[in-house]
Amino acid sequence: MPKVHVQTRINGEEIDFLCETRQSLLEILRDELGLTGTKEGCSNGNCGACSVLLDGVLVDSCLVLAVETAGKDVSTIEGLATPSQLHPLQQKFLEHAALQCGICTPGFIMAAKALLAKNPKPTEHEVRYWLAGNLCRCTGYDKIIRAVLDAAAVMEKA
Amino acid sequence: MQAFDYIAAQTLDEAVSLLAAKGDQARVLAGGTDLIVQLREGRRRLELVVDVKKIPDVNVLSYDTRNGLTLGAAVPCHRVYGDVTIARAYPGLMDAFTLVGGTQIQGRASVGGNLCNSSPAADTIPTLIAHQATCVIAGPGGRRELPVEQFCTAPGRNVLGNGEFLVALRLPAPGPRFGARYLRFIPRNEMDIAVVGVGSALTLGDDGATVTAARIALGAVAPTPLLVNEAGAALVGKPISDATIAQAAAAAQAAARPISDMRGTADQRRHLVGVLTRRTLQGAIARARGETVSHA
Amino acid sequence: MAEATAEYKVIGTRPIRPDGADKVTGRAIYGGDMRLTGMLHGKVLRSPHAHARIKSINTAKAEALPGVKAVVTAQDFPVAEDRIANLGEMAVNVKLLSNNVIAVDKVLYKGHALAAVAATSSHIAEEALGLIEVEYEVLPAVLNVLDAMKEEAPLLHEHLTTTELGQKTDKRSNIANHMRFTLGDPAQGFRDADIVIERDFDTATVHQGYIEPHNATALWNEDGHLYLWTSTQGAFVVQRQTAEILGLSVSKVSVTPCEIGGGFGGKIAVYLEPVAAVLSRKSGRPVKLIMSRIEEFEATGPTPASHIKVKMGVKKDGQIVAAEASLMYEAGAFPGSPVGAGCMCIFSPYAIPNMQVDGYDVVVNKPKTAAYRAPGATNAAFASETVIDELAEKLGLDPLDMRRLNGAKEGDRRVDGPTFPRIGYMETVHAALEHEHYASPLHGPNRGRGVASGFWFNVGFQSTVVINVNADGTVSLVEGSTDIGGTRASIAMQAAETLGIPYEDVRPTVAGTDGIGFTDVTGGSRTTFATGYAAHEASLDVLRQMKERLARRWDSEVEKEFEGQAERASVQITPDDVLYASGVFKCAKDPSKTMTFKDVSAQMARMGGPITGRATSQPRGIGGAFATHIVDVEVDPETGKVAILRYTAIQDVGRAIHPSYAEGQIQGGAVQGIGWALNEEYVYNTTGNMANTSFLDYRMPTTLDLPMIDTVLVEVPNPGHPYGVRGVGEVPIVPPVAAVANAIYRATGKRMTQAPMSPGYILSKLNE
Repeated sequence: MPKVHVQTRINGEEIDFLCETRQSLLEILRDELGLTGTKEGCSNGNCGACSVLLDGVLVDSCLVLAVETAGKDVSTIEGLATPSQLHPLQQKFLEHAALQCGICTPGFIMAAKALLAKNPKPTEHEVRYWLAGNLCRCTGYDKIIRAVLDAAAVMEKA
Repeated sequence: MQAFDYIAAQTLDEAVSLLAAKGDQARVLAGGTDLIVQLREGRRRLELVVDVKKIPDVNVLSYDTRNGLTLGAAVPCHRVYGDVTIARAYPGLMDAFTLVGGTQIQGRASVGGNLCNSSPAADTIPTLIAHQATCVIAGPGGRRELPVEQFCTAPGRNVLGNGEFLVALRLPAPGPRFGARYLRFIPRNEMDIAVVGVGSALTLGDDGATVTAARIALGAVAPTPLLVNEAGAALVGKPISDATIAQAAAAAQAAARPISDMRGTADQRRHLVGVLTRRTLQGAIARARGETVSHA
Repeated sequence: MAEATAEYKVIGTRPIRPDGADKVTGRAIYGGDMRLTGMLHGKVLRSPHAHARIKSINTAKAEALPGVKAVVTAQDFPVAEDRIANLGEMAVNVKLLSNNVIAVDKVLYKGHALAAVAATSSHIAEEALGLIEVEYEVLPAVLNVLDAMKEEAPLLHEHLTTTELGQKTDKRSNIANHMRFTLGDPAQGFRDADIVIERDFDTATVHQGYIEPHNATALWNEDGHLYLWTSTQGAFVVQRQTAEILGLSVSKVSVTPCEIGGGFGGKIAVYLEPVAAVLSRKSGRPVKLIMSRIEEFEATGPTPASHIKVKMGVKKDGQIVAAEASLMYEAGAFPGSPVGAGCMCIFSPYAIPNMQVDGYDVVVNKPKTAAYRAPGATNAAFASETVIDELAEKLGLDPLDMRRLNGAKEGDRRVDGPTFPRIGYMETVHAALEHEHYASPLHGPNRGRGVASGFWFNVGFQSTVVINVNADGTVSLVEGSTDIGGTRASIAMQAAETLGIPYEDVRPTVAGTDGIGFTDVTGGSRTTFATGYAAHEASLDVLRQMKERLARRWDSEVEKEFEGQAERASVQITPDDVLYASGVFKCAKDPSKTMTFKDVSAQMARMGGPITGRATSQPRGIGGAFATHIVDVEVDPETGKVAILRYTAIQDVGRAIHPSYAEGQIQGGAVQGIGWALNEEYVYNTTGNMANTSFLDYRMPTTLDLPMIDTVLVEVPNPGHPYGVRGVGEVPIVPPVAAVANAIYRATGKRMTQAPMSPGYILSKLNE
C-alpha cells in the first residue's frame, strides 16, 4: 500500500510527511518526525501521556490517524517554551516538584495548557475534572494540581 | 494494526456508495476513539475506513426553541457542551456528554459515534432515549428516520444496513417544566465504562407536581440500551412522590436483564438500577422545577 | 520555598532538579525515544495459554514476510544452566531467569514469551507474529495460591521440590519454599492472653502501573560487543543478567540507562534486553522493542496475590503478648515471591515478645512476580493492621494509643532476629496523635476515620561516585543511580553541602556501566541514602586532595622562610593543619595563609594536575522506615463506593535532603496504596486469561478520585548516615490498604478481609 503525503502544521511550522493510513499521529510524531516529547503509555486513550492539541482541542494522539491531520494545527510539548524561557506551566511544574519520573509530564502540561486557555481561573475541582484523563503513578497528583493552580495565577497576572 | 484504505468522503452520496460497495469491510470514521482502538487490538478487520468529517451534514449543530436540536453524527462531545445555549437547554444530555471517556476523548468522540458503536453500556444512549431523540439515516435507499431506542439491536450491532450510516440526531426542544438527568455508576469518578447507566426525563404539569410525561432508559443491563415503558407509566398522571418514584425504580429493575462480568455482578447491577432510577428522577424533578443540578 | 536550616546551607532547601528543563520540554530521552541508524522494530510472540507444552514452532512464514529481518526462539539462546548466579545485590537462578525471558519447552502463563521478530516497522513485526505457527499441548492451569498448595494440584515444574524450613526436600510441589521465623514462645503467649483474635485475609494481584512501558534497544556489534539502551532501575543488573543469559562476559556488555518513566521495582529484572540482543545479532542491525500495555499486564512482574492468616493475643492492659501469621504468596510462574520480606515486616512496628511467622512461596500459572515498592509488606500490613484495629476496639482503646502502647523502639527485636537501632516509629505515632487531622471532627453518616502503621527495612547495597573538579570551581558528579524521582538533585545537594559550594555548582550525571563503577539498583529506598553517602565520601576525597596540595604548597613556603633553622620542624604544615569551612581553606598554624575552593580549582594544573574525588559505599547503618497514616472516608451505602475525604501520611524520613521529593515519594506511595485498597486487581477468567489488561479496567486512581495528600516529615536522624538520611521511597505504600479498611469499618460497621475493597465487595458486605 503506498504511503500518503500529508501536509500539516506542527508547533507553527509547515511540516509534511509520508505515512501509512494505519499510523497514528503519535507514531508519526515519535518515529518519523523525531518529536519524542509526546509519550506512549497505553495506546488506547486511557492514560493521556500522548496528549497534544489538534486545532487547539486537547486530544490523545494515539487515537488520531496521522492522515486525519492534513491541513490542521498540531501543538506538542516541544512548542511550548521559547528559546530563552520556559512556559509558566513548565516553570511551576519544576518549582512544585510536580514531576518525579517525568513520563506523564508533557501530557499533563499540554492538558493543563488547554484547560487554562478555556478557563483561566479554574477551581481545584475543575482542574481535577479536566485532568482525569491523564494518569500519573509517581506523584499522587497533589503537586501537579498545585502547580497548575499556581501557573493559572501567574498567567492571569501577566 | 492491519493495513486499510482511507478515504475522506466529501458528500453524503459519496460516503453511501463507498460503504455500500464494501459492506462489512468498510466502516465510518468520525472521532475514532472506538474504531481505532478496535483496529489496533484486532477486534475488527476492515479494508476501508470512510472518514465522514468533511461532510457538512454530519457536522451540523443547531438548536432553536421550536425545532429543537439537530446534532450531526460526527460532532464531537466538546463542541456540544461548549455551546452555551445548547448546554443550558439540555443539561440532561450534558450529564452524559461531559463524562464520555475523559477530556481528551471528548475532544474527538462524537455522540453519533457513541450510538453507532452500540455498546450496551454507552453513556449517551439512555439519555438520548429519555429525550426522545430520532436517528436520521442515509443509505442507498435514501433517507429514513427511526426513534433512537430502536437503533441498537444487540451488543455492538444496530439497524444500519449495507451502505447506511447515521447522519444526525434530532431532539425535540424541551417544553416547559421538562427535566432530565443521566447518572451512571462507575468504581472511579471518571474514565470507566458504566456498570449501570440510567437516563430519566419527565415533564410536570402546571401544578408542578403531576407528571404528564416520563421516559426512563437503562444502560449496561441488557444486550441493548433499554427504554422501560412500565417505569415511565408508573409516574404518569399522578403527583410525583417517593412512592411513585419507588414504583418506577422497581419497574426499571424488573425490566433489567443484567449479566455478571468483570465490571459487576448481575445482582449488583439490578440493585444499582433501582438506586440510579431514583436518583435520576430526583434530579429530573429538580430541573423540571427550575433548579440547577450540577453534572458531576 | 524552604529556607536552609541553621545547620545546613543546602540540605533542606528545595532547588529545581538539574534535569528539570529537559523533562518539562520533552527533550529528555527515555528508552522508548531511542533512535539508531538502521534500527529495526521488534515484537514478541506470547503464549495464549496459561499452561502448555510447546510441541513445535514453525517460523518459516514469518521469516518470509517482506520487511522481516530476523525471527528468534529459545533455539537462538544458549541453554541456561540450573545454577545460582550472584549478580551483585541478588542471587538468581539463571535457568529460571532465562526461561522467563524466553520459554523453552513449556509456557507457564498467558503472555509467556516464546519467539520474537525484528522488522522494518512495528506493524510488519506484528503481522509477522501472526505467521508464526505454534503447536501447543494445553495443560491444566492452577490460578490461585490455595489451589496450588493442594496435594492434587497440577505441577508447574518437573524438578521443583519444597525447601522446608531451610532444608531441600524431594517432595515435588508448587510450594517452592516454606520458611518460618520464631521469637519467644507463642503458645505460652496465647495462653497468657486475655483476648485472642484470628482472621483470614485475601489480596489480589496488583501491578506497579508505571506509565512508561518496558523497552530495550540493542546493538550487537560486528566485533561481538553488545550495547544496550533501556529504561531500567539498574544498568548493572541489566548488564549482569543479560550477560548470564547470553553466556557473555560482562566486559562485552555495555548498558546505557535512559531516563525511566517509573519502575517501583518492576524494572529491575530483564525481560526484553536479551531478546533485543539476539534479534540484533541475527539481523545485524540495532533492534528496539517496546511492550504494549497488554504485555505489561500479562508478561512483566506484578505483585503477589495472597492469602494471609493472622492471630494476635493481648492482655487487658493493651500489651500484645503473642502474634502468629501465615503468609501464602503467589510467586507466579517461577519461585521468588517477596513472602520473606512480608514475614519480616508484618509485626515489625510492634514490640511483641512471642511471635511465629510462616511464609509460603507458591508457584501458579501467572506472570512471575517482581518487586512492587516495599514488596510483600503491603499485603501483610493489611492483615496485621486490621487485626490490631479490631483488638484496640475490643479493648476500648484508641487505635493510635494501641500503637503507642506497643510500638517498637531502639533495642526491640524483629521476628527475623535483628534488633532495631535508633528508629522513629514512636515519633510517627505521636505526630499522628497530635495532628490536627486526628483531632478534627468527622461529621456525617457513612463516614469513618482509619489509621494504620507500616515498616520497611530499606537497604544499603553498593554505589560508586566520582567527582571531577572544574577549573572554575564547579564540579561534575558522576553516579550510577538512574533518576526516577529527583535523586540527581538529592545526591548533588549532599555533595554541595560537603564541598561547601552552591548546589548550582554541582552538575550531576547518571552514567552507565562504561562510565561509573558498580552501582546497585535505584530501589530499596537506597538511592538518596547510599549514593548520597558515596557522594559525601567522594566530596571528602576532593577536599582531602585539596588539603594535601595546600599543605605541600604552604609547607614549601614555610620551608623557604625557615630554611636551615631549628624551628623548621615545629612549623611544618601537614594536611591536618589545613581547615576548611564555607568555601575557604585556612592554615591552622598561620591564618594569613588561606585559599578559596575556587582558587585551588583554578590552579589545579599548577598544583599537581586534575582533581578527581572518588568513593564507593556499602553502608551498613540503614535506618528502617516507619509510617503512620490517617484517612477519612465516606461510603455510599447504596452503591458501596468509597470516597477518600482526607489523607495524612506521617513518616520518619531521618533527614529530608530535598523536602519536596521526600513529600513526593510519600504522596505517590500513599496513592498507589489507595488504588490497591479500592479498585486495583487482576481479574482472571477460568482459563487463566487476565480479563482487564488495560488502564480502562485496571483502575488506578485519577486526579478526580483523590484529595490533596498531606504529609508530615518526622525527622529522627539516622546515625548510620552522615546527614541522617533514612530511605523514604517504599514504606508509604505499606499502611494505606489497612488504613482505608479500618476507615471503612468505622463508616459501615463491616470489617474488610479482602483487597481490593471494590464497590461490589463492599455492597455484598453491607447486605450480609
